[in-house]
Amino acid sequence: MLSNDISVILPELMLVVYAMAALMVGVYSRKQDAISNLILWTTVVVLAVAGFWIGLSPEGTSTAFNEAFINDGFARFSKVTLLWGAAAILALSREYLAKNKLLKYEYPLLITLSVVGMMMMVSAGDLMALYLGLELQSLALYVIASFRRDSLRSTEAGLKYFVLGALSSGLLLYGASLVYGFAGTTVFSGIYTVVEGEGLSLGLLFGLVFLVTGMAFKVSAVPFHMWTPDVYEGSPTPVTGLFATAPKMAAAAMIARVLFDAFGEVISDWQQILVFLSLGSMYLGSVAAIGQTNIKRLMAYSSIGHMGFALMGLAAGTEQGVQALLIYMAIYVTMNVGVFAFILNMERDGQAVTDIASLGLYSKVAPARAFALAVLMFSLAGIPPLVGFFGKFYALTAAIDAGLFWLAVAGAFASVIGAFYYLRIVFYMYFGKETAPLTGAMPTLHWVFLGGASGAMVLGVVNLFGVETIAGLAAATLLN
Amino acid sequence: MNNLLSIVTFLPMFGAVVLMFFLRGDDEMAVRNAKLLAMFTTLATFVASLIILIKFDPSNTGFQMVEEAKWLGGLNYKLGVDGISILFVMLTTFFMPIVIGSTWAVDHRVKEYMIAFLLLETLMIGVFVALDLVLFYVFFEAGLIPMFLIIGIWGGKDRIYAAFKFFLYTLLGSLLMLLAMIYMWYDAGTTDIVRLLDHQFASDTISVLGFGVVGGVQTLLWLAFFASFAVKLPMWPFHTWLPDAHVQAPTAGSIVLAAILIKMGGYGFLRFSLPMFPIASDLMQNFVFFLSVAAIILTSLIALAQEDMKKLIAYSSVAHMGFVTMGIFAFNQQGLDGGIFQMISHGIVAGALFMIVGVIYDRMHTREIAAFGGLAIRMPKYALIFMLFTMANVGLPGLSGFVGEFLTLAALFKVNTWAAFGATTGVILSAAYALWLYRRVMFGDLVKESLKGIKDMDLREKLLFAPLVVLTLLLGLYPAVVLDITGPSVEALLQNFNNAVGVVETVAEVTSH
Repeated sequence: MLSNDISVILPELMLVVYAMAALMVGVYSRKQDAISNLILWTTVVVLAVAGFWIGLSPEGTSTAFNEAFINDGFARFSKVTLLWGAAAILALSREYLAKNKLLKYEYPLLITLSVVGMMMMVSAGDLMALYLGLELQSLALYVIASFRRDSLRSTEAGLKYFVLGALSSGLLLYGASLVYGFAGTTVFSGIYTVVEGEGLSLGLLFGLVFLVTGMAFKVSAVPFHMWTPDVYEGSPTPVTGLFATAPKMAAAAMIARVLFDAFGEVISDWQQILVFLSLGSMYLGSVAAIGQTNIKRLMAYSSIGHMGFALMGLAAGTEQGVQALLIYMAIYVTMNVGVFAFILNMERDGQAVTDIASLGLYSKVAPARAFALAVLMFSLAGIPPLVGFFGKFYALTAAIDAGLFWLAVAGAFASVIGAFYYLRIVFYMYFGKETAPLTGAMPTLHWVFLGGASGAMVLGVVNLFGVETIAGLAAATLLN
Repeated sequence: MNNLLSIVTFLPMFGAVVLMFFLRGDDEMAVRNAKLLAMFTTLATFVASLIILIKFDPSNTGFQMVEEAKWLGGLNYKLGVDGISILFVMLTTFFMPIVIGSTWAVDHRVKEYMIAFLLLETLMIGVFVALDLVLFYVFFEAGLIPMFLIIGIWGGKDRIYAAFKFFLYTLLGSLLMLLAMIYMWYDAGTTDIVRLLDHQFASDTISVLGFGVVGGVQTLLWLAFFASFAVKLPMWPFHTWLPDAHVQAPTAGSIVLAAILIKMGGYGFLRFSLPMFPIASDLMQNFVFFLSVAAIILTSLIALAQEDMKKLIAYSSVAHMGFVTMGIFAFNQQGLDGGIFQMISHGIVAGALFMIVGVIYDRMHTREIAAFGGLAIRMPKYALIFMLFTMANVGLPGLSGFVGEFLTLAALFKVNTWAAFGATTGVILSAAYALWLYRRVMFGDLVKESLKGIKDMDLREKLLFAPLVVLTLLLGLYPAVVLDITGPSVEALLQNFNNAVGVVETVAEVTSH
C-alpha cells in the first residue's frame, strides 16, 4: 500500500529530496558564489524536467494516503503550468540576483519548496493536505518576499504578506474546522457524499464561505486583494515575477478543486460568491491600475483583473468553465513570464527603474524588445488575434453558456477599461516623449523568454498549441 | 487553386513578415526597398483578387470559393465570398496600392509604416471573406492594433488623444458584439455563418430587468451588433471618434479609414443584422431611419462650419454613411443595392478627397481652409481632379456619387416619405459645403505669399489619381458593373428576409432597378 502511495507522490518527493540534498551541499560548500550559481541552474533544470515528467506521465486518476492526495489530469495540467512558470522565472532571476548581491543558494531552494507546496495544493484531496500544501507554499514565499534583507520595502513586503497570509490561513482553518465539524470528515469525497445526502447545512455553508475567503486571499481576488500591490512593489522583482505566475495558478486550481470535489453538488450556493469575487476583481484591477506609474504595481493590479476573468470561468460552475480557467491561467502565466523577462531588465546606469514613463520612445532605443513587449501588452488587453483574447473568449463563453449574462457583459466593459492602461505602456514606448533611455542590455536568455512569449501570443492563434484540448481533458477529470 | 481566398487574404501579411525579418537597415536604400516591396505585395494581391472576380459567378447567390478547416474546438476557419462581400474585397485590394503610393513622402519609420499597412490589408480582407463568427471577430478587432499605431506614431499634433479614443470607442462596441456572438454560438450550436443564416433566433417578447423587450432575443442581439457597427460606420451620434481620428491620422491612414475601414460597419449590417435578425431589424427600421436622417442633416450642417479640410470631409463621410444605413434598412432591392453602391462609391470618392487634401498638405503642411485660396491659378490639373471628386461627393449625375444617393433615396421614398424628405435636404447641404470648400481653396486671387511657389501635381500623384478617376466615371455612367454583381445576392437576402418577416412584396417591385 505504502509503495503505491509513494509512487503517486514520487515527483513531489523527488523535489523535496533534491531540495534537502542541495541545501546540504550549499551549507557545506566553501565557494558560496559558485555553488549558488550551480544550484540555481540545477533547480531550473530539475523543475523543468519535473514538468516534463508529469506532463508525459500516463493518463488516469490515482490517489494516495486515503485520498488525501489526488493525481489526475487536472492536477497534472496545473502542475506542468506552475512548474514551467516557476522554472522560467527562476532562470530569469539570475542576472538580477547577481547584480543585487542576492544570489544565495537558499533562494532557488525556497522556490523549490514553495513549488512542492503548490503541487500539493493542486493535488490535495483532503482539507488537511490542502492546508499543509498551502502553508509550505506560503512560508517559503514569505521568506523570499523579504529576501532583500537590507531593504526596508522588501522586509515590509514580507511582513505584510506574512500577516495577511496568516490571517487568511486562519480563516481557512476556521472554515475547515466548521466543515469537519458538520460533515464529520476532511476528505473531499466524504464531504461531497455528506452534502449530496443531507444538503448544505448552515454550518457547512459557513465553513464553505470561510474556506473560499481564505483561498480568495491567495488568488488576490477583491475584496481580499489589499496585500497584492504593496507586496508586488516591495519584493525583489524576480520574486514579484514569481508571485504573478506559479502561486496564482496553484491557488486558482486549489479553489476549483475544493469547490468541485467537495461542494460540486451545491454549485448554486457558491456561484454567487464567485460571481462577486470575479466582478470585483475585474473592475478593481482595471480601474485602480489606471493611475499607477510603477510597473510592478501596475502588474499587481493587472494580475487582480486577470484573476477576475479566470474566476469568471469558475463561477460558471461547469466543465467548460474549468476548462476556461485552465486555459486562462496557462496563457496568463506565459504572458507574465514574458513581461517580467522585460521588467527585470528595466534599468538605467545599473539602477533598476520601475517608472513606466521611463519607457518614453523605447521603440527607438530597442525596436525589437519594444515590439515584443507591445505584443504582450495587446495580448494582456485581450485584443485578437493575440492569444490573450482567447483566454477571455473562453471565460466569456463559459459564463454565457452557464446563463451568467450580466457577468459576461460586465466583464466586457471591464476589459475595455483595462485595455486603457495596457495601451498606455504601448503609448509610452511608441508615441511618448523621449526620455533618458533605459540602458539595460538584455541577456540572451531573457530575450528568448520575451521573444518566445510574444511569438507564442501571435502564433497561438493557429491552434493555441493544443492547450485547449488538453485543458478540456483536464477539466473533465475534475468533474467526473 | 481552391485556396485562392486564403492566398489573397494572407499575401499582404506574408509581405509584412518578409519586411519585418529580412529587411535590415535604415538607409535610403532600405527605405526605398520597403516601399517597393509593399507596393509590389499590394499589387500582387490586387492581381490575385482579380482572379477571384473573374472566377466569381454573380448568378450564384450562395457563397463561392469556400474554404473550410477545423480551428479551435467548435470554431471553423471558413472563408468564402458572395455578391455582397466580393466588391468590398475588390475595393480593399484596389485601394491598397494607391494607399501605399500615397505614402511616398513619409520619411520616418517607413519600414514599420509599410508593415502596419500590409497587416491592416490582411485583416480588412479577412473581415470581408470570413464565414465564421469568431474568425470574423478576430479580423474585425485585430484591425484596431495597426490603426492605433498608424494614428499614434505617424499622426498629427493631438494624435494620442485621437488614437486612444478610436481604440477604446471601437473596442467597447465590438465587445458587446462578441458577447452576442457567443450567445449565438450557444443558441445555434455553430459559429458557421452559412448555417447561422438559416437559423431562426427566438423573437418572443422577453423581460429584462422588468422591461418587456419586443422582439426578444433578436432585439438584444441586434442591439449588440448595432453597438459595434454603428460605432464603426459611424452613425450619428456614435461618430465623434471619426473626425478626431481622421484629422490626426496621416493621409494614408485617413484614406484607409474612409475608403475601407468604416465600410465594415455597413457590411456587418448586411451580413449579420438583416439576415440573422430580420424581425428585430424590422422593428428597428424607424429608429435607424431617424438616426440616418439626423446624421445626414446634422453632420452636413456641422461640415459647413469646419475650418480644417480633413474634418470637413470626415463629417461629410458621416453624412454619406447615413444614406447607406437608410438604404439598407429600407429592405428593398433598390435600398440594399444603393447602400452597397454608396459604400463602394464613397470609398473611392472619400479616399480620393483625402488624397487631394494630402497633396496640398505635403506641400504646405497645413490643412486649414483659410491658409489657401486661388490655387487654381498655380495648379490647374489639381483643380480639375479636385473638381471632379467634389462633384462626385455632391452627387452630380454621371459620377458615382449620384447613383448611390438616388437609389437609396428612391428606396426610402417608398417606405417612409417624410424620412426621404429629410434626407433629400442633405443633398442640398452637401452641395453647399463641398462647393464652398472648393471655392475657398481653389478660386479667388492668389494673394498668399506662401502659395506663390506651389507646384502642380507630379507624375506619381497623377498616376495615383488616374484609376480613381476612371472608376468614378465608370460607376457613374454604367452602374451595372456593381449592381449586376450585387443584385442576385441581395435579392436572395431579401427573399429570406421577407419570408422571415412575413411581408410579401411583388417581384416586379423588387427588381425594378
